[in-house]
Amino acid sequence: MTTHTLSVLVENKPGVLARVAGLFSRRGFNIESLAVGPTENPEVSRMTIVVAVEDLPLEQVTKQLNKLVNVIKIVELDPATSVQRELLLVKVRADATVRSQVLETVHLFRAKVVDVSPEALTVEATGTADKINALLRMLEPYGVRELVQSGMVAVGRGAKSITATSTR
Amino acid sequence: MTSATSRPSSRAGQQPAGDAKPGTRPKPAPPAGAPVRLTGAQSLVRSLEAVGVEVVFGIPGGTILPAYDPLLDSTKVRHVLVRHEQGAGHAATGYAQATGQVGVCMATSGPGATNLVTPLADAHMDSVPVVAITGQQTRALIGTDAFQEADICGITMPITKHNFLVTDPADIPAAIAEAFHLASTGRPGPVLVDIPKDVLQEQTAFTWPPEMQLPGYRPTLRPHGKQVREAARLMMSARRPVLYVGGGVIKAKASEQLRTLAELTGIPVVTTLMARGAFPDSHAQHLGMPGMHGSVAAVAAMQRSDLLVALGARFDDRVTGKLDSFAPDAAVVHADIDPAEISKNRKADVPIVGDCAEIINELIDAVRAEINRDGEPKYDAWWTQIEAWRDTYPAGFDWPADGALAPQYVIERIGQLVGPDALYTAGVGQHQMWAAQFIGYEKPGTWINSGGLGTMGFAVPAAMGAKFAYPDKQVWAIDGDGCFQMTNQELATCAIEGAPIKVAVINNGNLGMVRQWQNLFYAERYSSTDLGTHAHRIPDFVLLAESMGCAGLRCDSKDDVDDVIKKAMDINDRPVVIDFIVGKDAQVWPMVAAGTGNDEIMAARGIRPLFEDDEV
Repeated sequence: MTTHTLSVLVENKPGVLARVAGLFSRRGFNIESLAVGPTENPEVSRMTIVVAVEDLPLEQVTKQLNKLVNVIKIVELDPATSVQRELLLVKVRADATVRSQVLETVHLFRAKVVDVSPEALTVEATGTADKINALLRMLEPYGVRELVQSGMVAVGRGAKSITATSTR
Repeated sequence: MTSATSRPSSRAGQQPAGDAKPGTRPKPAPPAGAPVRLTGAQSLVRSLEAVGVEVVFGIPGGTILPAYDPLLDSTKVRHVLVRHEQGAGHAATGYAQATGQVGVCMATSGPGATNLVTPLADAHMDSVPVVAITGQQTRALIGTDAFQEADICGITMPITKHNFLVTDPADIPAAIAEAFHLASTGRPGPVLVDIPKDVLQEQTAFTWPPEMQLPGYRPTLRPHGKQVREAARLMMSARRPVLYVGGGVIKAKASEQLRTLAELTGIPVVTTLMARGAFPDSHAQHLGMPGMHGSVAAVAAMQRSDLLVALGARFDDRVTGKLDSFAPDAAVVHADIDPAEISKNRKADVPIVGDCAEIINELIDAVRAEINRDGEPKYDAWWTQIEAWRDTYPAGFDWPADGALAPQYVIERIGQLVGPDALYTAGVGQHQMWAAQFIGYEKPGTWINSGGLGTMGFAVPAAMGAKFAYPDKQVWAIDGDGCFQMTNQELATCAIEGAPIKVAVINNGNLGMVRQWQNLFYAERYSSTDLGTHAHRIPDFVLLAESMGCAGLRCDSKDDVDDVIKKAMDINDRPVVIDFIVGKDAQVWPMVAAGTGNDEIMAARGIRPLFEDDEV
């Protein structure tokens, strides 16, 4: 199975997320991550959905998504020609004895410390799934107290816009 | 379903779907486009009038009450008070299947709305254009578990094409216009519009036509020319082609075009359960129904085919049997208006997305061009093979050994005496399969049944809906005694509202199809299939019919079958129920057992036609 990143433009209306999520569970498709937010057009929201399916089921996923009346447009984003990012907030145990080592790791990954207490640091990092996972592997030995991750968001490279022609 | 009002129908005894009731004062029509001040409920009724609704099947209750007040004044929309919301939903489906127009049902919030769930799921599976309008608790109470509150939009999300919760009375005209547009265009389907009570009560402005905003809805109607030409080329070069016709051909009103294409090419035709009537049964090129209980010729032709041209069909498991052994040598041309159907179950070699009428029209042109260039295709060897199957395994049945009346005979005689101009509905089970096999359908829209969902109890309310669509046609519900006991209360509606349908109860005293499976696959252990309708005559269907204002007849011998059918045909002032007492051991054949491949088709018990491999 391979993962595919779908950018889905939907009408910004109540219940649309439920329709999309319901479709995935109903048809037996697995969502790896889903991120949703506003776009430059207030009437349109954009979902980035990462699914792990073979090519043929993927065709079914996009066709079934397209059947939802509130779905305006679907584009599959190729990792090679798009920018894909996730956001991580992680609370790491970092008392005085290890704090400098933790900070060094944070800097190596070009992450940021966004909150400090005597016992712990809260680190913010953005990047691809690979980078986020690598950072987490490095931080785990110090003790991860809490972590939260966004779903992936992605945008195609270059000047072209997927939203330009799709919203009438 | 608190029917908070029980207003006696002012329309009792009137002819169905007749003109507006007399004595109402028509409101002066507003100038087109100018906004008018009225309540949300009035806006709803105006909107229904504007989209051309003639009849609404429903039951009032607490939250939908405001809508029923202006409905009383409407001179265009007739409301038919049913006995159960499921009846309203199936009646709307029957009306829609008979006419191709949108069928409309209405219910109150909570239990009224949830009673529509089965008919909406049914209409969704069979792609029937239905609009359901439900009342909802007032906006402030939504989400508080208020009295008769149910999240019907959430509940029906997977079983409707789309649904709306209207939260502003100004949106009512657009919601209704969009609902009817969505229901009736593209691949048709049910749409639910949920309107809170206070939205119906509030003052608002009404303008028509409203602006529809459906930026994500653009059904593809025109097929791709290159794909059509490729399909035509394959049809000419194939040696064993089959036109696999589904319900989409009826939805697209493409029967004329289909006939032209079939006769132009000489390719054999099979019509699925949803497509019975799309191509005349009397036509020499018609092989009958494919699938689990299809004719041997239809099933065998598809299995041995080298090209399936699927037109508005969806490769349902009841047609394909075990998928990986279905039509193993066939290339597939798949034409459907829903892109998601293409290659869903069986990979299409030539996908064509579009409206079936347009696709077939273009196929005709493309085939003509091929014929002009290369001459007519020759399928002589193929037809010789098919005729051999047809001659060896014609449709037929055995009379029960115990001397009981054969259900197949009853249904066959109904078809012969009543004829192909009538409309036929069915429930689900053995009687449905026999009605599909033994009645000759010549016209689209004359066979109305529950195919995809397989909803027992469909026949009577669907017949009622069809009768309101065509009051001058005979409408026969072929029903089983199990199905009949699920929804027969709508006979009271039929009697009071003037819908004189005929109901042939094929009464074998059992849940016949389940019993057949228990006979074949569960060592004749008949667990919970005997309904006692034979042993105890409970209920007595004749008395039951009479209690609901219908004529009740009974027949248990072959000699009386014709007489009782004719007698029923002569009664037109009230519905008729005929209790046909038939043998319980009759079985539906041919049969492909569930989960097996179509090559395993049994023409009758112990007779397996496709055991030898007879290649053309």
